[in-house]
Amino acid sequence: MALSMMESNNRLIYNDAGQGPVQHQFSPYTDNGGSIVAIGGPGFAIIASDTRLTSGFAIYTREQGKLHSLTNAAVLGASGCWCDVLSLTRLIQARMKLYKHEHQKDMSAAALAQMLSTMLYGRRFFPYYVSNVIAGLDEEGNGVVYSYDPVGHCDKNMYHAGGSSGALLQPLLDSQIGLKNMAIKPTAPLTVEKALQITKDVFTSAAERDIKCGDGVIIRIITKDGIREETFKLRFD
Amino acid sequence: MNSEGGVRSFDSFATSLPKGERRNPITHTQAPVTTGTSIIAFEYDGGILMAADMLGSYGSLARYRSVPRLLKVNDKTVIGCMGDYADFQYLQAIIEQMEVDEACKDDGFQTTARSLHSWLTRVLYNKRCKFDPLWTTFVVAGLDQDKPFLGFVDKLGTAYTDPIITTGYASMLATPLIRKAVEDKLKDKNEKLTLAEARKVIEDSLTLMYYRDARASNKYQIAIIPSNGEASIIEEPKTLLGDWSVAHLIK
Amino acid sequence: MFRNQYDSDVTVWSPAGRLHQVEYAVEAVKQGSATVGIKSNTHAVVVALKRASSDLAAHQKKIITVDQHMGVSISGLTADARLMVRWMRTECLNYQYARDSPLPIGRLMNMLGNKMQLSTQRYDRRPYGVGLLVAGYDSKGPHLYQTCPSANYYDCKAMAIGARSQSARTYMEKHLDEFSDSDLNQLVAHALRALRDTLPAEMELTNKNVSIGIVGKDYEFVGYDDETVDPFLNLLDPSERKGRGAPAGPGVDGDDAPPPEDGPGGEAEMEVETSAASLQL
Repeated sequence: MALSMMESNNRLIYNDAGQGPVQHQFSPYTDNGGSIVAIGGPGFAIIASDTRLTSGFAIYTREQGKLHSLTNAAVLGASGCWCDVLSLTRLIQARMKLYKHEHQKDMSAAALAQMLSTMLYGRRFFPYYVSNVIAGLDEEGNGVVYSYDPVGHCDKNMYHAGGSSGALLQPLLDSQIGLKNMAIKPTAPLTVEKALQITKDVFTSAAERDIKCGDGVIIRIITKDGIREETFKLRFD
Repeated sequence: MNSEGGVRSFDSFATSLPKGERRNPITHTQAPVTTGTSIIAFEYDGGILMAADMLGSYGSLARYRSVPRLLKVNDKTVIGCMGDYADFQYLQAIIEQMEVDEACKDDGFQTTARSLHSWLTRVLYNKRCKFDPLWTTFVVAGLDQDKPFLGFVDKLGTAYTDPIITTGYASMLATPLIRKAVEDKLKDKNEKLTLAEARKVIEDSLTLMYYRDARASNKYQIAIIPSNGEASIIEEPKTLLGDWSVAHLIK
Repeated sequence: MFRNQYDSDVTVWSPAGRLHQVEYAVEAVKQGSATVGIKSNTHAVVVALKRASSDLAAHQKKIITVDQHMGVSISGLTADARLMVRWMRTECLNYQYARDSPLPIGRLMNMLGNKMQLSTQRYDRRPYGVGLLVAGYDSKGPHLYQTCPSANYYDCKAMAIGARSQSARTYMEKHLDEFSDSDLNQLVAHALRALRDTLPAEMELTNKNVSIGIVGKDYEFVGYDDETVDPFLNLLDPSERKGRGAPAGPGVDGDDAPPPEDGPGGEAEMEVETSAASLQL
């Protein structure tokens, strides 16, 4: 209706002008987009995010990765309301340092997963509007993926897609990684190569349909030898 | 016993206001009042250039025609502000006091652009969490360990860094202009823009904003933050004329 | 140390212009086991001699990490040090949270000095009974600071505090010119030799009684204990690790009486670069 015209007393009235003061309504939340995909497998976990930061139809920057390496065995992917992401990850860093001073060791992936859940629930009535995914290695060195809702519900999985393209990508992962509803299932365990290929493919797909997804992908591969990073180009429009 | 007859008068709190008078609820800023429009900033081969016009708008009224929206924080840091001008002045006073306090310490440390950017992020985020935002968008330009740093923060605490940062209508109108200039130079000569080229681009952008943004004016300031160690400067205000030769076609 | 009529309270001056309670607190530092710190152009190192309260107890921790760019070595009341370190950690954490950069060492020392001063001027407080050697690294390079219960703090090139520490200071005064250009191993070796000089003849440096803390350029603060100090101890010949000092007097380890050479003012002798207004000790 913003630019439509209305007729009143035989006069044209523009709806967007002169009808009283412009009203601003403050909303503490915004959606800055961003998509995360994480896949765990035997001896590895990978997590990837796109690098586009948006505000409505505008692109703030094409070079904003959304992965935060927490320890040598865990990476957090976080997207959504970017100011909440920044604040949450800063707090996590501080809490991790306190833990390290107190216990003389890094937090395990499971400990981080639990801490994130309680931190999110701590803001149950003014939530961090963030889609979180933690990929890491468990005590045996196998990949695990923890995914969250904004108020701290935590789910342990082998794969997860979150963020703006989450709903687009999760069914694809259910098919390709979860092998759901398949008559003949491959028996070979998931390899890093296969997981990487699928990750790149799903992001390429998401960039076609989700305007908030694009520009590039940052992928981190977590193994017992540490964390390796790869980048991958997406649609740049 | 007190004058109201009770041993202890609990309702003395409620009756502390004169009868019939109601205290207003605590109110927060829910809308900007006097506002500034876009900020334009980007890297060139010898540092960062930032520009803003000098109009303080009161709604659609061009109320104040010469208000500086760029602030030199120290020799290596300059900030620019879009949005509520009172909120900007409030933060300006705090930032200037922080700089004075720091200079008094005289320990050789100076607030870097990165740390000021981070601090602004925290301040603005904390205010948004109280539902009492500072209705502003800041661009922080400076040097961090001798490398150019250019950062954005808005009233929510949303923050990012990028070699090109524009706010408001300039992000729609000026960004394509700047990107084209930067990318063409990179493609043709594999070089960054020189100061002269960057100045041309920023003046073209300001002209464009003057033409198309109804809250922009033709009086502006440019800040230069050189990466060669020289002190940053905010230049004296300038006025752009624009090309009005098409005006005779409009009667 | 004799009781006198002017030492009942920290807020009571003696006619000679001394604060006896504060001076007693300084004595507590001299009773702690020795610790030594040195810095070069690139690194700051602290080494400390650990003591066990009995054969049944583990050695007391002497070197504590504050942040990735800073750590302390303590002498005196461990319990007081723990609280101070907890406070320092919080300050570092808060600064990092707000400013996205590590807290400059000198800034923290200034804040710590102010905090410690409060308890030397209030009737309901007592001074901290601990001295710290703070090793840190920031954008201005490596730093070594010493703090005292008197709330004085000193920016040092090298320093030793604790029992029999005068011998270590003597060693370091002799080798002061060599520190700034030393590489990390040379620096640690110097620190260990200085620490060795505080030992009575019948003791030697072992991986049980030595802790090392290192911080520097591209070197986050790490505290080394037990087996991890072996590579550093091996920088010294086995004969070099043996104590050369006079045998410890009654009450072994020298933890009963302060060594005679640690007279008033001893703490401040190596003070260099900057000086806080010095309290007459």
